[in-house]
Amino acid sequence: MATRGKKPVFLEQASYRQRRLQDMARLLPVLAAVLFVLPLIWKLTGNDGRGTSDVVIYLFVIWSGLIAVAAIISRRLKLEPESDSSKEEG
Amino acid sequence: MVSFNLLVAVALAYVAFLFIIAFVAERQAERGKGKWLRSSVVYTLSLSIYCTAWTFYGAVGYAARSGLEFITIYLGPTIVMIGWWWVLRKLVRIGRSQRITSIADLISSRFGKSTELGVIVTLIAVVAATPYIALQLQSVTLSTAVFANSSGQNWGAPELASAALWVAVGLTLFTVIFGTRNLDANERHNGIVMAIAVEAVVKLFALVAVGVFVVWGVAGGIGPTLDLIDASKIAEWSPPGGRWFGLIFLSGAAFLCLPRMFQVLVVENDDESRLSTASWAFPLYLMVMSLFVVPIAVVGLDLLPEGSNPDLFVLTVPLAEGRSGLAILSFLGGFSSATSMVIVATIALSTMVSNHIVVPIWLSSRAGGAMMSGDVRYAVLMARRLSIGGVLLLGYIYYRLSGGGEALAAIGLISFTGVVQILPSMIGGLYWRGATRWGAAAGLITGFAIWAWTLFLPSFGADEVIPQIVLDQGPFGWGWLRPQALFGFAGLDPVIHAVLWSMLLNSAAFVIGSVLTFPLPLERLQGAQFVDVFEHSTGTRSWTHGGAEAEDLLVMAQRILGSTEAQDIFQREARGQGKEGYLPDVTPKFVEDLERELAGSVGAATAHAMVGQLVQGASVSVEDLIAVADETAQIMEYSSRLEAKSAEQERTARQLQEANEKLTALSIQKDAFLGQISHELRTPMTSIRSFSDILREGGAPDAMQARHAGIIHDEAVRLTRLLDDLLDLNVLENGQGTLSRQEGHLRDVIDRAIAASVVGDSAIKIQRKRAEEAIALDTDLDRLTQVFINLIANAQKYCTAAEPVLRIVVRKAGGRMAVDFIDNGDGIAKEHQEMIFEKFSRLSDHRKAGGAGLGLAICREIMIRLGGSISYLPGQGGAAFRVILP
Repeated sequence: MATRGKKPVFLEQASYRQRRLQDMARLLPVLAAVLFVLPLIWKLTGNDGRGTSDVVIYLFVIWSGLIAVAAIISRRLKLEPESDSSKEEG
Repeated sequence: MVSFNLLVAVALAYVAFLFIIAFVAERQAERGKGKWLRSSVVYTLSLSIYCTAWTFYGAVGYAARSGLEFITIYLGPTIVMIGWWWVLRKLVRIGRSQRITSIADLISSRFGKSTELGVIVTLIAVVAATPYIALQLQSVTLSTAVFANSSGQNWGAPELASAALWVAVGLTLFTVIFGTRNLDANERHNGIVMAIAVEAVVKLFALVAVGVFVVWGVAGGIGPTLDLIDASKIAEWSPPGGRWFGLIFLSGAAFLCLPRMFQVLVVENDDESRLSTASWAFPLYLMVMSLFVVPIAVVGLDLLPEGSNPDLFVLTVPLAEGRSGLAILSFLGGFSSATSMVIVATIALSTMVSNHIVVPIWLSSRAGGAMMSGDVRYAVLMARRLSIGGVLLLGYIYYRLSGGGEALAAIGLISFTGVVQILPSMIGGLYWRGATRWGAAAGLITGFAIWAWTLFLPSFGADEVIPQIVLDQGPFGWGWLRPQALFGFAGLDPVIHAVLWSMLLNSAAFVIGSVLTFPLPLERLQGAQFVDVFEHSTGTRSWTHGGAEAEDLLVMAQRILGSTEAQDIFQREARGQGKEGYLPDVTPKFVEDLERELAGSVGAATAHAMVGQLVQGASVSVEDLIAVADETAQIMEYSSRLEAKSAEQERTARQLQEANEKLTALSIQKDAFLGQISHELRTPMTSIRSFSDILREGGAPDAMQARHAGIIHDEAVRLTRLLDDLLDLNVLENGQGTLSRQEGHLRDVIDRAIAASVVGDSAIKIQRKRAEEAIALDTDLDRLTQVFINLIANAQKYCTAAEPVLRIVVRKAGGRMAVDFIDNGDGIAKEHQEMIFEKFSRLSDHRKAGGAGLGLAICREIMIRLGGSISYLPGQGGAAFRVILP
């Protein structure tokens, strides 16, 4: 009974983590969209101190950051088992 | 300077190298050794066909013209890839579970395997892709021309055209050879995927090499490059907000909808985990691809004379710097971009054209349908080969007609906008079960028409297709229909204008059409499967009964899949059913699976039609068959079956439990009875023995002797009665003994019973309504009397009331006459009601009963033999027995 008592707790935590990772995976594109549109607001606010090179640097830094986060999430995220109808040609 | 001939030699050597790569990969895959062919790296690299020659050459030109805006073309796909958990994962899962062969197949399959939708999507895709393929031909010829011109030849239009033709022919050959080698059940092309992965590396390497050379070789490091950017004419970063936003959306949507992207993303994907890796690896690829675009553009603008084509900076900057090797590498990069895109695009398009247009027409042109003679496989392959040639021919024609538009990016965006018209139907189909084929068709046609009117046709130039006057004032002077200012929205960027209106009206038509129409049963089944693919990926049943012979199906499957593969499938199924040989029972499940296998080769609609011809026979239509399998009816039937089953099981369990309880109680009672019957037999025996002993000894007064003899007699009578009862019961139970039928009246029977049982002081008060008892009987009246006597005697014996009253009521129950005997005693406890009619059952050890618990058992046996019944009637305020008369 002792082992049975422990296991579900462990699994629960793991699946809880998975759920939150899925949430992150869903949120990331929204965040990406917002960050990529952000330079437009600089223009709107008339901040002329920023030239093209600043925007270039900003975009590539954001881009790298998103890729890094996406990599971390996708590595930790477990895929659900596939349906049996498609496993024979794996 | 690079000689032109050297360039051609290098290009040919490169093509030969690709041939070898593709060939080796195919071989490896055939031998089952090509696991590395299917790694996440290869998958990610194969996605790079998104970066076409438009990207390779065009992005730099785009940057030189509009600054940073080019980057939106990469940001869209980045967002889509990073958001793979939303759409791509579902798309890939559906693609795998439904054996989707193309985006047209996806739409057709989702909306009830509709052939018409497949045709519409195919047409949109072909029309939208044609400019794009032309663009690739143009970029290859232009880049070749750069070398030709730099080596002294002066290329004019005729040379360019013939170069384009040769490129088109070469690409057709390559694609036909590796794209239609086999009708793979899953539409996967190992050789081609491997070749485009190699090309992906080459183009990335080439662009990065040029970029590194430009930044460190020409500009002199990162700092100076940034200064150069800010000093150049693209430093003024002022993108129109609508364009920035709109192009990110457009590129992201096109990433999902482009037939070639669908091919590599979904069709060639054989494992969802590849997607997980590509979700970050592909954005990384895109980022590296675009990293050096701005520096190259800026340096090109700075270095090269005014008026040189910025689309070719990637080539001309190294050439201007005298780096021939780098220029050749760069040429190969551009060549790779163009060829890989064209190859995959033509495969995707030819699959669509052959599956959704050619094969259906071919099938319907033959009366025999699926059973016709001839090899379907061969026909499908030929259709594909011809389609590949046709698609490339269209691209070439467009290239010749458009005369090679100056800005590559503009053509690319037109193509994107066209193909994005599929998005509302696709996303709607994936997430909304209410989407119908009418809605999808309405949306697709509306979107396509608006795209053609506002963007595609004007793109040929004024007066080419649309006269200038229509552009300015609208058709027939209707200003609100001006192609580039629909509904008076003038002043918008043409692309954004087209995207905005086509997407809005497309989605509106899709939603309204879906809401107003009703889906076919098959559509609803498919809709449920698509939308809830993660809940139930197992198959639905669209075939309710197999009217087809396994042999016919095998013959057809062999024609499409090839004999080995078809026989494998049939044998596997037969073995699964526990049968020998190749012919399994044609279960709905099997037909469904088979249809899906076939769909992997010829598309869902065609497979459905072919299987349909065999399964349904001549008289029944597909709709009829499927109506039976209507989703809701199916679910309801299933659940009601389940319910019935569980109710039945419950009933059985209850009966078993009851029987068990009865048995247990009986066995206990039997044990008790054995003790009791021995006791019953022994008590009279003992007294008989002791009193007969006394009599034998003699000497007792006469009075005493007479009393003793009386006791002996009484006890002997008691014994006899017990034995009589046992005998009686035995006779009744074995169906022995005869019934002596007589005619009489119920009243007389009851009279007799009362007379016989109510004697002496223990008189119980009997209430009866003699008028009701005037019922004629034709049965064994003596036996019936015996039953009544028993019941009345029981009431006398067991009624515990101070003033016992027995009501005898005659009434109609369940269409038959019944006599109820109801006393005013305690009645019988519920747990005993079951037992009282069993043999040997006695509720109390009342000695005065004098019986052995056989009375009611005998009554029951009698009533059964007479054709009536006797039961305990609960809830009458005392013990109550109902005798139903025969």
